[in-house]
Amino acid sequence: MPISRRDLLKGAASGGLLLASGVPAHATMSTTLPPNAVGFLYDATLCVGCKSCVVNCKIKNCEPGGALYQEGMKKPPYETKGPGNTGQWDETQELSGKTLSVIKVYKNGTCQTKDAEVNGFAFFKQQCMHCITPACASVCPGGAFRKDPDNGSVYYIASKCIGCRYCQLACPFGLPRYEWDAAWPEVRKCQHCRHITKKGGMTACAEFCPTGATVFGKVTDLREEAKRRLALKPGDEYQFPIQTVHSPNRQLRKVAKYVAKVYGLTEVGGTQNILLSGVSFEHLGFRPYLKNQALPELTWHYIAKIPWVFAGVFIGGTAIYKITHRNRKEGEQP
Amino acid sequence: MMDLTKYIGPTYNDFVQKLLDDRQTKYLGIKLITPFTLVLVALIAAAVVVALYRLAFGIGAASNLSDAWPWGLWISFDVLGGVCMAAGGFLIAGAVYICGLEKYHCVARAAILNAFFGYLLAAISICMDIGRSVVIWKALISSQINSIMFIVAIHVVLYTSTLATESSPMFFEKVGWDGARHKVSRCMVGVALFGVLLSLLHQSSLGAVYLIAPGKLSQIWYSQWIPYCFLLSAIMLGLSMVSFETILTGKVWNHPPPRDVLSGLGRGTLIAGVLYLALKIYILLDTPGLVGMVFDGSFLGNLYLLEMAVGVVIPIGLLSLKSVRNNIHRLFAVDIMVVAGVLLNRLNVGIFGVQEFATRSGGDYFPSAMEWILTLGMIAFAILGFKLCAKYLNLFPQHH
Repeated sequence: MPISRRDLLKGAASGGLLLASGVPAHATMSTTLPPNAVGFLYDATLCVGCKSCVVNCKIKNCEPGGALYQEGMKKPPYETKGPGNTGQWDETQELSGKTLSVIKVYKNGTCQTKDAEVNGFAFFKQQCMHCITPACASVCPGGAFRKDPDNGSVYYIASKCIGCRYCQLACPFGLPRYEWDAAWPEVRKCQHCRHITKKGGMTACAEFCPTGATVFGKVTDLREEAKRRLALKPGDEYQFPIQTVHSPNRQLRKVAKYVAKVYGLTEVGGTQNILLSGVSFEHLGFRPYLKNQALPELTWHYIAKIPWVFAGVFIGGTAIYKITHRNRKEGEQP
Repeated sequence: MMDLTKYIGPTYNDFVQKLLDDRQTKYLGIKLITPFTLVLVALIAAAVVVALYRLAFGIGAASNLSDAWPWGLWISFDVLGGVCMAAGGFLIAGAVYICGLEKYHCVARAAILNAFFGYLLAAISICMDIGRSVVIWKALISSQINSIMFIVAIHVVLYTSTLATESSPMFFEKVGWDGARHKVSRCMVGVALFGVLLSLLHQSSLGAVYLIAPGKLSQIWYSQWIPYCFLLSAIMLGLSMVSFETILTGKVWNHPPPRDVLSGLGRGTLIAGVLYLALKIYILLDTPGLVGMVFDGSFLGNLYLLEMAVGVVIPIGLLSLKSVRNNIHRLFAVDIMVVAGVLLNRLNVGIFGVQEFATRSGGDYFPSAMEWILTLGMIAFAILGFKLCAKYLNLFPQHH
């Protein structure tokens, strides 16, 4: 069978070419912080649970360019179906296809002391953490998730999405949400108010936070600020910045007792949003078993072997075929 | 037979007459209109209605999937299960066309056709499962080489085409297109080799899909070896499936299954099973705390034990006995066990294994009626398609 033999050789050659083109040792994704990476520092001990960030997040993201904006929408997709809600106010219970951020509460025992694990309560904020090496962007078969090479925000391009929801499985924080009820659905998650921050503004959650629990800024500055706060003694007074990390607008407040950890420095290779808390992050719904490794690397070990499988199968298969068919005459049908 | 010359002209009428001429396969005694066929048609019709409803009103309206359970029955059973049930196709094609094991030539057509329907089932289900079905082609042009899903998508398309090519000679043979048949036959070795390559990668990449989710898939199933687990279990299941289907078609249609082929398939299943079991035991001992998790009597631990016992350990024990390998009835029972066990493994990975994460995130999942109907309809489609091909094409060539 002359044609098939030529095919085999051609195949083996193309497999070899693939090999020759070189396989990168690591996933083709950066594991370092982009030059002008921005994010926010959420200090749970300053949060009073007013949900101003949640409300304004929804309003701002329903403006043109926002993550919830859709052409022809008349008002933001408010959720007015909570317990006791007569349809009067927006009452977000959970992240969803209509909600990009949410404030939740941790409760224990008598709930007397703020930021205490036992008989206390604490607020915490849930939304996209903007990973330095985002799993969602690495797994998306359509390339719908992108990490901005300059400011590092992880954003979503609906026109590239096929709706496979691999991002939902892959996200270590379980954050991307889906428009389950839509016939032409989108994935929804915080995109760092890209329509505002790309023009030099700040995210809506930071802009409308009255206590400075959420402050926006460059990630390097945020990390310094977080470490500075951890170094303070509980009960000391400190000028907490409002809105942005270098804001002249500051509030003098007593320092609460922090858990000795800045969340987001190393988790899954680091995140651009970082958190401080008085209650162990485990109690706030953050998974304790997340390793300090960028997740796309786990997959890359497999992907990097594919060219070798190509070469191995073509060379091995050709060899086996030659050996098992060596006594057959040319053109003889098996 | 109906004469359609009046409606479609003599050329097409001739073509249809040739295709629908079932004299050659009369000996199989396949009846077209039976209660079973009618049930299959009804299931397919129901599934079509569900599919249209799903396309019109969205996934949320048709399924019980949620943000905590993004993937459910369709992915776990139709896609993961459908693809691994198709593994027999590349194994038999490789054995016959590359390794020159002529003995298996008589089951090659059926095994490859079976694989073709398995892949169609997976491909159609994936189209139904993704939110924007009509733009699924975007996954093929994105060059997202970091994404296993991109690799999976390419493999589904290429391998389904490969299977269609591998199956095409019996169609050409039937309608008398000898030129096309000759051309395809001449490059069959290359096509078979390509199929082996694609299958090795595709079977393992379905396991690799879960590599990125160490925090979501239960440790009982998550390991860096999961691609190899998927590949080895698919080989085991694939060989069993060919054996199962050979015995079953032999029983319901009048053609005696070749005994030496069946015992050979049994031996193959045994070898693949031993390798798979060895890997599973290695993972069990290599992962700290895993032995405890498996034997602690928890729901997930028990599922793991059930899957391993029914699908791997007991079949290996039985297949190592010559009296089992040489007895069609016993082989049939073992085949059913292997198929059930490996399919349970896919459900464990796809549904039960992510349960803990999902319920912590506040979700619960049981497939909706529409999810069941679509899945049943897909299975019915595969069975009916296979039956029609058996009636109108020369699927079991050893009798000629």
